[in-house]
Amino acid sequence: MSIAVLTLAALSFLFASLLVLAHRKLHVDEDPRIDAAHQMLPGTNCGACGFPGCLGLAEAMVDGSALPGKCTVMNDDERDDVAVFLGVDAGAEEKVVARLACAGGTNVARNRARYEGLDSCRAATLVAGGGKACFWGCLGLGDCEKVCDLDAIYLNEHDLPIVIEDACTACGDCVDACPKDLFSLHPVSHHLWVACKNLEKGDAVLADCEVACDACGKCAVDAPGGVITMIDNLPVVDYTRNHDVRNAIERCPTGAIVWFEKDSGPVAGRAAPRFHRQGSRPGSPT
Amino acid sequence: MLNLARKDSFANGIHPPEMKDETSHLAIRRFPFAPLLIVPLSQHLGKPASSVVRAGQEVSRGQVIAEADGFMSVAMHAPASGIVKKIALAPGIGGNMIESVYIEPHPASSQEVEGGEACDVESATADEIIAAIQSAGIVGLGGAAFPTHVKLKPPEGKTLDTLIINGVECEPYLTTDHRVMLEQTADIFNGIRYLLKATGAGESIIAIEANKSDAAKKLQDECPADLPVSIRVCPVKYPQGAEKMVIQSLLHREIPSGGLPADVGAICVNVATTAEIGRLLPRGHGIQERVITIGGPGIKRKGNYRIPIGTTVRFALDEAGAAKDIARVFLGGPMMGPSVSNLDIPITKGTSGITAFTQAQIDEATGHKHIYPCIHCARCVEACPLFLNPSQLGILAKNEEYDRMVGEFHLMDCFECGACSYVCPSHIPLVQYFRLSKKMVRKLSAAK
Repeated sequence: MSIAVLTLAALSFLFASLLVLAHRKLHVDEDPRIDAAHQMLPGTNCGACGFPGCLGLAEAMVDGSALPGKCTVMNDDERDDVAVFLGVDAGAEEKVVARLACAGGTNVARNRARYEGLDSCRAATLVAGGGKACFWGCLGLGDCEKVCDLDAIYLNEHDLPIVIEDACTACGDCVDACPKDLFSLHPVSHHLWVACKNLEKGDAVLADCEVACDACGKCAVDAPGGVITMIDNLPVVDYTRNHDVRNAIERCPTGAIVWFEKDSGPVAGRAAPRFHRQGSRPGSPT
Repeated sequence: MLNLARKDSFANGIHPPEMKDETSHLAIRRFPFAPLLIVPLSQHLGKPASSVVRAGQEVSRGQVIAEADGFMSVAMHAPASGIVKKIALAPGIGGNMIESVYIEPHPASSQEVEGGEACDVESATADEIIAAIQSAGIVGLGGAAFPTHVKLKPPEGKTLDTLIINGVECEPYLTTDHRVMLEQTADIFNGIRYLLKATGAGESIIAIEANKSDAAKKLQDECPADLPVSIRVCPVKYPQGAEKMVIQSLLHREIPSGGLPADVGAICVNVATTAEIGRLLPRGHGIQERVITIGGPGIKRKGNYRIPIGTTVRFALDEAGAAKDIARVFLGGPMMGPSVSNLDIPITKGTSGITAFTQAQIDEATGHKHIYPCIHCARCVEACPLFLNPSQLGILAKNEEYDRMVGEFHLMDCFECGACSYVCPSHIPLVQYFRLSKKMVRKLSAAK
């Protein structure tokens, strides 16, 4: 009895001293600021900063390889708080948001067939491309809305996805989800935006969608030298040049090229028709 | 004695209504030329053909308008004498936009077919026959549109012993192969001569389902004595017409998972494809028309028609007298045929029929039935001809567990026959789930 007690006591003393030794010798000094900075970050782990989650960004900020501005989820005040705490510059990382290259809601775009099946754009695309008359256009079944963890996308009353720019962190999930490849990520300073991907031209396009680009080329003419070029019947904005040219949208006859303003959303030019329809576009599917 | 006990069939499968009586007795009739024919440059699996004509050019019927671009590609021929209006994008069956040649036929033309270099079965070598099949633009006319010349060349180290001519036509409503067997019997035997020489196979079997006994009898009566051909009649069951199933039924050989018919020494060619080879190669012509069945309850003048490639579905329906309220149109039959979203798409080499239904008939058959959860009744498991587990695959697809679908449940072997969806009492759109999952698997593996 006493032998067993003594043996166990000796063993526990041995292991305890090993633990103490390991704690002393193998101790790693972690910068306490990493944990504190991690607490100050939003904790969405969206990955938009390019680091694996918020902890990854916190480590990078503390070792100086990234600035708090990398985080697009925080507002300016929160960003400044982190910058002050770490004693670094806040960094002027420009806010990037997802933009949809289609404006064809059910009020302006025609459906050619009625789709029945799984409630998903990806599934609908595989059934003869979905029911939309325009092959390139948004199907409006909301795969992007479902995939967005931050609730930054909702479908409006015409089943067209709307991006809430304040909530969007440019994580890119909607870019991957859209089977028609309509989403892309752009800095908010890209005011000029072509909201159409239809590669055809002329009246045939307008029969399918009233806000499609009919490739008239007026925007390319109005924009100063080479900012907009027509490629495959679509205007392409060269964002490496000075693209702050609002007059490019003014003569667009359909409103396919728009001007994104921070609070008002997309604005069409003066020549674009105004739509007041609430229901779907007249004309039965054929 | 043993053969009597062993039925020429496969396990599982289903028995949908055959619906072939309405058109199976109607002889093939020639279809008028549409005012505008749209010939897509990609009508087959593989690389699109490259166009050799330009807008404004006059073409004569049968002239080559696009040449094969590489081995996985076939030539295209002008379906009518006329003028090339433009080469532009046109909507395709998959709802995608495909580069196509628009041809306006001359109304007064005699529409003589321009001949090319004839390929004689006696003097040509195997490689010459394969090359002639490619330049005649021949693809699998059963629906898959796989370039025929590609599968005639067995992979390195494999030999083909049996050539199966597939005249099963298990898809409801379609009767094109049936009519071709009755009306082009000599062409079929001629085609078999070419195919046997090209593949080096020693014997050939024509597979027919029991509901086409008149065709089987005609083939049996007219079979040339010197040709190693046997005609086998299988019991009616869907999807017997699938390559894997017909080989299982006739030869009792199972193609390994992910394998090809060549792995079991067999090659399977559709009967209409064989007839076209036998008809076109001796004359040096190319495919510029094909036989389709226009049927279904929404059609007034049902029938089997020899229709120019590039005719739009809208023109075909107008000529065949479609009901005013047709609501669903399938290219092919209703089991595997894709439903179309646009009536202005052209009929291509892979289109074996047009089947149209009105809304009332669609509602009666499927209604707007609610999708219920899987009750694990295993009817789909009993229906699947490949012994897959559609129930489990459906649940995994819903949860987007694509790795398990491929690794554990062999998703990629599924050929989307639709037997599981047909029998599902919960109306789960299983095949749509599988198509979506396959697409996602390919997308994810391409990203890696």
